[in-house]
Amino acid sequence: MAGSDVATDASSAPDTVKILIAGGFGVGKTTMVGSVSEIAPLRTEEPLTMAGLGVDDLDGIEEKRATTVALDFGRITISRDLVLYLFGTPGQQRFWFMWNDLALGALGAVVLVDVRRPESSFAAIDFFERRGIPFVVGVNGFHGDHPYPPEDIRDALAVPEHVQVLLCDARERESCRDVLIALLDQLIATAVQT
Amino acid sequence: MGGGDSAGRLVRPFALTGGRTRPSRADFTLIATVTAVDPQPVAAAPVQPEYTRILRLCAEPLAVAELAARLDLPVSVVVILLCDLLEAGRITVRPPRLVSRTTPDLDLLKKVRDGLGRL
Ligand SMILES: Nc1nc2c(ncn2[C@@H]2O[C@H](COP(=O)(O)OP(=O)(O)O)[C@@H](O)[C@H]2O)c(=O)[nH]1
Ligand SMILES: [Mg+2]
Repeated sequence: MAGSDVATDASSAPDTVKILIAGGFGVGKTTMVGSVSEIAPLRTEEPLTMAGLGVDDLDGIEEKRATTVALDFGRITISRDLVLYLFGTPGQQRFWFMWNDLALGALGAVVLVDVRRPESSFAAIDFFERRGIPFVVGVNGFHGDHPYPPEDIRDALAVPEHVQVLLCDARERESCRDVLIALLDQLIATAVQT
Repeated sequence: MGGGDSAGRLVRPFALTGGRTRPSRADFTLIATVTAVDPQPVAAAPVQPEYTRILRLCAEPLAVAELAARLDLPVSVVVILLCDLLEAGRITVRPPRLVSRTTPDLDLLKKVRDGLGRL
Protein backbone atom coordinates (compact mmCIF):
# COMPACT_ATOMS: atom_id res chain seq x y z
CA MET A 1 0.00 0.00 0.00
CA ALA A 2 1.28 3.41 -0.94
CA GLY A 3 1.12 6.28 1.52
CA SER A 4 1.14 6.36 5.28
CA ASP A 5 -2.50 7.24 5.81
CA VAL A 6 -4.94 4.38 5.45
CA ALA A 7 -6.07 4.77 1.87
CA THR A 8 -8.81 7.36 2.29
CA ASP A 9 -9.17 8.32 -1.33
CA ALA A 10 -9.63 6.66 -4.67
CA SER A 11 -8.89 9.06 -7.47
CA SER A 12 -11.08 7.19 -9.94
CA ALA A 13 -14.12 7.50 -7.67
CA PRO A 14 -16.56 10.29 -8.51
CA ASP A 15 -17.42 13.12 -6.14
CA THR A 16 -20.81 12.64 -4.56
CA VAL A 17 -23.46 15.06 -3.32
CA LYS A 18 -26.98 14.53 -2.04
CA ILE A 19 -30.38 16.17 -1.90
CA LEU A 20 -33.19 15.10 0.44
CA ILE A 21 -36.76 14.59 -0.67
CA ALA A 22 -38.85 15.18 2.44
CA GLY A 23 -42.47 15.65 3.46
CA GLY A 24 -45.23 13.79 5.25
CA PHE A 25 -46.19 10.16 4.84
CA GLY A 26 -47.57 9.33 1.38
CA VAL A 27 -46.93 12.73 -0.24
CA GLY A 28 -45.02 11.16 -3.15
CA LYS A 29 -41.39 11.16 -1.99
CA THR A 30 -40.55 7.67 -3.22
CA THR A 31 -42.45 8.38 -6.43
CA MET A 32 -40.37 11.49 -7.05
CA VAL A 33 -37.09 9.71 -6.36
CA GLY A 34 -38.12 7.03 -8.86
CA SER A 35 -39.18 9.56 -11.49
CA VAL A 36 -35.79 11.27 -11.79
CA SER A 37 -33.41 8.50 -10.77
CA GLU A 38 -31.38 6.82 -13.50
CA ILE A 39 -31.65 3.54 -11.62
CA ALA A 40 -34.73 1.90 -10.14
CA PRO A 41 -34.94 3.37 -6.62
CA LEU A 42 -32.90 1.41 -4.14
CA ARG A 43 -33.93 0.69 -0.60
CA THR A 44 -32.16 -0.23 2.59
CA GLU A 45 -33.83 -1.24 5.82
CA GLU A 46 -32.28 -0.21 9.08
CA PRO A 47 -32.97 -2.07 12.31
CA LEU A 48 -34.64 0.35 14.68
CA THR A 49 -32.89 -0.89 17.79
CA MET A 50 -29.67 0.47 16.34
CA ALA A 51 -31.09 3.93 16.58
CA GLY A 52 -31.79 3.48 20.24
CA LEU A 53 -35.54 3.09 20.03
CA GLY A 54 -37.04 0.94 22.72
CA VAL A 55 -39.39 -1.86 21.79
CA ASP A 56 -42.28 0.09 23.31
CA ASP A 57 -41.78 2.76 20.67
CA LEU A 58 -42.53 0.24 17.97
CA ASP A 59 -46.23 0.09 18.79
CA GLY A 60 -48.40 1.14 15.92
CA ILE A 61 -45.81 1.04 13.18
CA GLU A 62 -47.01 -0.83 10.11
CA GLU A 63 -47.00 -4.46 11.05
CA LYS A 64 -44.52 -5.80 8.50
CA ARG A 65 -42.01 -3.05 9.07
CA ALA A 66 -42.24 -3.27 12.81
CA THR A 67 -38.51 -3.64 13.32
CA THR A 68 -36.97 -1.61 10.53
CA VAL A 69 -37.17 1.78 8.90
CA ALA A 70 -36.82 1.92 5.13
CA LEU A 71 -34.67 4.40 3.27
CA ASP A 72 -35.30 4.95 -0.46
CA PHE A 73 -32.79 6.58 -2.71
CA GLY A 74 -31.90 7.13 -6.33
CA ARG A 75 -28.99 8.39 -8.37
CA ILE A 76 -28.36 10.97 -11.11
CA THR A 77 -24.95 10.98 -12.79
CA ILE A 78 -24.19 14.66 -13.34
CA SER A 79 -20.88 14.06 -15.10
CA ARG A 80 -18.13 11.46 -15.14
CA ASP A 81 -16.75 12.81 -11.90
CA LEU A 82 -19.90 13.96 -10.09
CA VAL A 83 -22.89 11.92 -8.91
CA LEU A 84 -26.02 13.25 -7.21
CA TYR A 85 -27.97 11.04 -4.81
CA LEU A 86 -31.58 11.67 -3.86
CA PHE A 87 -32.75 10.35 -0.50
CA GLY A 88 -36.40 10.07 0.40
CA THR A 89 -36.69 10.74 4.12
CA PRO A 90 -38.77 8.37 6.23
CA GLY A 91 -42.17 10.05 6.58
CA GLN A 92 -43.37 9.35 10.09
CA GLN A 93 -42.17 11.75 12.72
CA ARG A 94 -40.98 8.94 14.94
CA PHE A 95 -38.23 8.27 12.39
CA TRP A 96 -36.86 11.76 12.52
CA PHE A 97 -33.82 10.73 14.46
CA MET A 98 -32.58 9.58 11.04
CA TRP A 99 -33.08 12.96 9.45
CA ASN A 100 -30.16 14.58 11.23
CA ASP A 101 -27.77 12.04 9.73
CA LEU A 102 -29.42 12.30 6.34
CA ALA A 103 -29.31 16.08 6.33
CA LEU A 104 -25.63 16.22 7.25
CA GLY A 105 -23.71 17.33 4.16
CA ALA A 106 -26.81 17.62 1.95
CA LEU A 107 -26.89 20.40 -0.65
CA GLY A 108 -30.48 21.05 0.32
CA ALA A 109 -33.95 19.55 0.30
CA VAL A 110 -37.22 19.37 -1.56
CA VAL A 111 -40.23 19.39 0.76
CA LEU A 112 -43.08 17.70 -1.06
CA VAL A 113 -46.57 18.77 -0.11
CA ASP A 114 -49.77 16.88 -0.88
CA VAL A 115 -52.07 19.62 -2.05
CA ARG A 116 -55.03 17.90 -0.34
CA ARG A 117 -53.41 17.85 3.12
CA PRO A 118 -50.55 20.36 3.27
CA GLU A 119 -50.40 20.10 7.06
CA SER A 120 -48.74 16.70 6.74
CA SER A 121 -45.59 18.49 5.57
CA PHE A 122 -45.54 21.30 8.15
CA ALA A 123 -43.15 19.37 10.37
CA ALA A 124 -40.69 18.83 7.51
CA ILE A 125 -40.66 22.54 6.74
CA ASP A 126 -40.00 23.29 10.42
CA PHE A 127 -37.14 20.81 10.46
CA PHE A 128 -35.23 22.44 7.59
CA GLU A 129 -36.03 26.01 8.66
CA ARG A 130 -34.75 25.45 12.18
CA ARG A 131 -31.51 23.95 10.96
CA GLY A 132 -30.95 26.51 8.23
CA ILE A 133 -30.98 23.85 5.54
CA PRO A 134 -32.06 25.37 2.22
CA PHE A 135 -35.18 23.91 0.63
CA VAL A 136 -37.84 24.45 -2.00
CA VAL A 137 -41.46 23.33 -1.74
CA GLY A 138 -42.91 21.05 -4.41
CA VAL A 139 -46.68 20.89 -4.37
CA ASN A 140 -47.67 17.46 -5.64
CA GLY A 141 -51.03 17.79 -7.37
CA PHE A 142 -51.88 14.09 -7.24
CA HIS A 143 -54.66 13.90 -9.81
CA GLY A 144 -52.61 16.21 -11.96
CA ASP A 145 -54.79 18.88 -10.41
CA HIS A 146 -53.60 22.15 -9.03
CA PRO A 147 -56.65 23.77 -7.49
CA TYR A 148 -54.65 26.51 -5.73
CA PRO A 149 -52.08 28.94 -7.10
CA PRO A 150 -48.59 28.65 -5.54
CA GLU A 151 -49.02 31.93 -3.66
CA ASP A 152 -52.03 30.59 -1.75
CA ILE A 153 -50.06 27.52 -0.80
CA ARG A 154 -47.12 29.66 0.25
CA ASP A 155 -49.44 31.55 2.58
CA ALA A 156 -50.91 28.34 3.98
CA LEU A 157 -47.42 26.98 4.64
CA ALA A 158 -46.05 30.33 5.84
CA VAL A 159 -42.74 29.84 4.06
CA PRO A 160 -40.52 32.88 3.60
CA GLU A 161 -40.32 34.77 0.32
CA HIS A 162 -36.91 33.42 -0.69
CA VAL A 163 -38.19 29.83 -0.61
CA GLN A 164 -39.62 28.82 -3.96
CA VAL A 165 -43.00 27.09 -4.07
CA LEU A 166 -43.56 25.07 -7.26
CA LEU A 167 -46.49 23.07 -8.54
CA CYS A 168 -45.35 19.64 -9.65
CA ASP A 169 -46.32 16.08 -10.46
CA ALA A 170 -44.19 13.52 -8.64
CA ARG A 171 -44.87 10.97 -11.38
CA GLU A 172 -43.40 13.15 -14.14
CA ARG A 173 -39.68 13.12 -14.72
CA GLU A 174 -39.49 16.61 -16.23
CA SER A 175 -41.61 18.06 -13.48
CA CYS A 176 -39.36 16.56 -10.77
CA ARG A 177 -36.25 17.67 -12.62
CA ASP A 178 -37.61 21.23 -12.69
CA VAL A 179 -38.14 21.18 -8.93
CA LEU A 180 -34.52 20.10 -8.44
CA ILE A 181 -33.33 22.81 -10.83
CA ALA A 182 -35.32 25.38 -8.83
CA LEU A 183 -33.53 24.23 -5.69
CA LEU A 184 -30.13 24.58 -7.39
CA ASP A 185 -31.04 28.03 -8.74
CA GLN A 186 -32.00 29.05 -5.22
CA LEU A 187 -28.72 27.69 -3.84
CA ILE A 188 -26.75 29.49 -6.55
CA ALA A 189 -28.58 32.77 -5.88
CA THR A 190 -27.67 32.48 -2.19
CA ALA A 191 -24.07 31.56 -2.98
CA VAL A 192 -23.65 34.57 -5.26
CA GLN A 193 -24.81 36.87 -2.44
CA THR A 194 -22.38 35.34 0.04
CA MET B 1 -41.71 -13.35 3.94
CA GLY B 2 -44.18 -13.54 6.81
CA GLY B 3 -44.42 -11.22 9.77
CA GLY B 4 -43.18 -13.98 12.07
CA ASP B 5 -39.49 -13.59 11.30
CA SER B 6 -39.32 -9.95 12.25
CA ALA B 7 -37.37 -10.69 15.41
CA GLY B 8 -34.94 -12.79 13.39
CA ARG B 9 -34.28 -9.91 11.02
CA LEU B 10 -33.00 -7.83 13.89
CA VAL B 11 -30.46 -10.32 15.00
CA ARG B 12 -29.22 -11.92 11.83
CA PRO B 13 -27.43 -9.02 10.13
CA PHE B 14 -25.34 -8.32 13.20
CA ALA B 15 -24.27 -11.93 13.34
CA LEU B 16 -22.16 -11.00 10.30
CA THR B 17 -20.28 -8.45 12.38
CA GLY B 18 -19.61 -10.85 15.22
CA GLY B 19 -22.17 -8.99 17.29
CA ARG B 20 -20.51 -5.60 16.83
CA THR B 21 -23.09 -2.85 16.47
CA ARG B 22 -20.81 0.19 16.21
CA PRO B 23 -18.27 0.97 13.46
CA SER B 24 -14.63 1.50 14.42
CA ARG B 25 -14.31 4.56 12.19
CA ALA B 26 -16.54 7.32 10.85
CA ASP B 27 -15.45 7.30 7.19
CA PHE B 28 -18.37 5.40 5.77
CA THR B 29 -21.20 7.87 5.44
CA LEU B 30 -24.11 7.09 3.08
CA ILE B 31 -22.59 8.62 -0.04
CA ALA B 32 -18.91 7.97 0.63
CA THR B 33 -17.61 5.90 -2.29
CA VAL B 34 -15.81 2.66 -1.79
CA THR B 35 -13.40 1.03 -4.25
CA ALA B 36 -11.68 -2.35 -3.97
CA VAL B 37 -7.90 -2.14 -4.07
CA ASP B 38 -6.57 -3.77 -7.21
CA PRO B 39 -4.61 -5.95 -6.95
CA GLN B 40 -5.71 -7.10 -3.52
CA PRO B 41 -2.96 -7.22 -0.88
CA VAL B 42 -1.55 -10.69 -0.41
CA ALA B 43 -2.74 -11.58 3.05
CA ALA B 44 -4.93 -14.11 4.71
CA ALA B 45 -8.26 -13.73 2.94
CA PRO B 46 -11.21 -12.92 5.17
CA VAL B 47 -13.31 -16.04 5.15
CA GLN B 48 -16.75 -14.49 5.38
CA PRO B 49 -18.50 -14.53 2.00
CA GLU B 50 -19.89 -11.04 2.66
CA TYR B 51 -16.39 -9.59 2.41
CA THR B 52 -15.95 -11.24 -0.97
CA ARG B 53 -19.32 -9.96 -2.14
CA ILE B 54 -18.43 -6.43 -1.07
CA LEU B 55 -15.08 -6.56 -2.85
CA ARG B 56 -16.75 -7.83 -6.01
CA LEU B 57 -19.44 -5.11 -5.93
CA CYS B 58 -16.94 -2.32 -5.43
CA ALA B 59 -14.52 -3.38 -8.13
CA GLU B 60 -15.82 -0.10 -9.55
CA PRO B 61 -16.41 2.81 -7.13
CA LEU B 62 -19.73 2.41 -5.34
CA ALA B 63 -21.49 4.52 -2.69
CA VAL B 64 -22.02 2.95 0.73
CA ALA B 65 -25.82 3.24 0.46
CA GLU B 66 -25.81 1.49 -2.92
CA LEU B 67 -23.58 -1.22 -1.60
CA ALA B 68 -25.96 -1.84 1.30
CA ALA B 69 -28.98 -1.93 -1.00
CA ARG B 70 -27.31 -4.40 -3.36
CA LEU B 71 -26.19 -6.60 -0.49
CA ASP B 72 -29.67 -6.34 1.02
CA LEU B 73 -28.09 -5.51 4.35
CA PRO B 74 -28.61 -2.53 6.66
CA VAL B 75 -26.15 0.32 6.15
CA SER B 76 -25.23 0.05 9.83
CA VAL B 77 -24.02 -3.52 9.24
CA VAL B 78 -22.23 -2.86 5.97
CA VAL B 79 -20.33 0.05 7.51
CA ILE B 80 -18.85 -2.25 10.17
CA LEU B 81 -17.72 -4.74 7.52
CA LEU B 82 -16.22 -1.89 5.48
CA CYS B 83 -14.17 -0.79 8.49
CA ASP B 84 -12.67 -4.28 8.58
CA LEU B 85 -11.86 -4.15 4.87
CA LEU B 86 -10.33 -0.69 5.12
CA GLU B 87 -8.15 -1.70 8.02
CA ALA B 88 -7.04 -4.76 6.03
CA GLY B 89 -6.00 -2.44 3.18
CA ARG B 90 -8.48 -4.02 0.79
CA ILE B 91 -10.56 -0.96 -0.07
CA THR B 92 -10.20 2.77 -0.38
CA VAL B 93 -12.88 5.27 0.59
CA ARG B 94 -13.56 8.69 -0.87
CA PRO B 95 -15.54 11.08 1.32
CA PRO B 96 -18.47 13.03 -0.19
CA ARG B 97 -17.98 16.62 -1.34
CA LEU B 98 -17.99 18.97 1.60
CA VAL B 99 -21.00 21.25 1.63
CA SER B 100 -20.48 24.48 3.51
CA ARG B 101 -23.36 26.86 4.20
CA THR B 102 -21.06 29.76 5.06
CA THR B 103 -18.81 29.49 2.00
CA PRO B 104 -20.86 27.66 -0.64
CA ASP B 105 -19.00 26.12 -3.55
CA LEU B 106 -20.50 28.02 -6.47
CA ASP B 107 -18.63 25.97 -9.03
CA LEU B 108 -20.02 22.73 -7.64
CA LEU B 109 -23.56 24.11 -7.53
CA LYS B 110 -23.32 25.23 -11.16
CA LYS B 111 -22.07 21.83 -12.22
CA VAL B 112 -25.04 20.13 -10.57
CA ARG B 113 -27.41 22.72 -12.04
CA ASP B 114 -26.02 22.19 -15.56
CA GLY B 115 -26.17 18.42 -15.19
CA LEU B 116 -29.83 18.59 -14.19
CA GLY B 117 -30.48 20.88 -17.14
CA ARG B 118 -29.21 18.17 -19.46
CA LEU B 119 -31.64 15.55 -18.14
N1 LIG C 1 -52.39 9.93 -8.60
C1 LIG C 1 -51.20 10.18 -8.06
N2 LIG C 1 -50.68 9.29 -7.20
C2 LIG C 1 -49.47 9.54 -6.67
C3 LIG C 1 -48.74 10.73 -6.98
N3 LIG C 1 -47.59 10.71 -6.27
C4 LIG C 1 -47.59 9.59 -5.56
N4 LIG C 1 -48.72 8.87 -5.80
C5 LIG C 1 -49.13 7.61 -5.19
O1 LIG C 1 -49.33 7.86 -3.80
C6 LIG C 1 -48.83 6.79 -3.01
C7 LIG C 1 -47.77 7.28 -2.05
O2 LIG C 1 -46.66 7.74 -2.78
P1 LIG C 1 -45.17 7.50 -2.27
O3 LIG C 1 -44.26 8.05 -3.31
O4 LIG C 1 -44.95 6.10 -1.85
O5 LIG C 1 -45.18 8.43 -0.98
P2 LIG C 1 -44.06 8.62 0.15
O6 LIG C 1 -44.61 8.00 1.39
O7 LIG C 1 -43.97 10.11 0.31
O8 LIG C 1 -42.80 8.00 -0.31
C8 LIG C 1 -48.30 5.75 -3.98
O9 LIG C 1 -49.28 4.79 -4.17
C9 LIG C 1 -48.04 6.56 -5.26
O10 LIG C 1 -48.18 5.76 -6.40
C10 LIG C 1 -49.34 11.66 -7.91
O11 LIG C 1 -48.77 12.69 -8.25
N5 LIG C 1 -50.56 11.32 -8.42
MG1 LIG D 1 -41.74 6.44 0.59
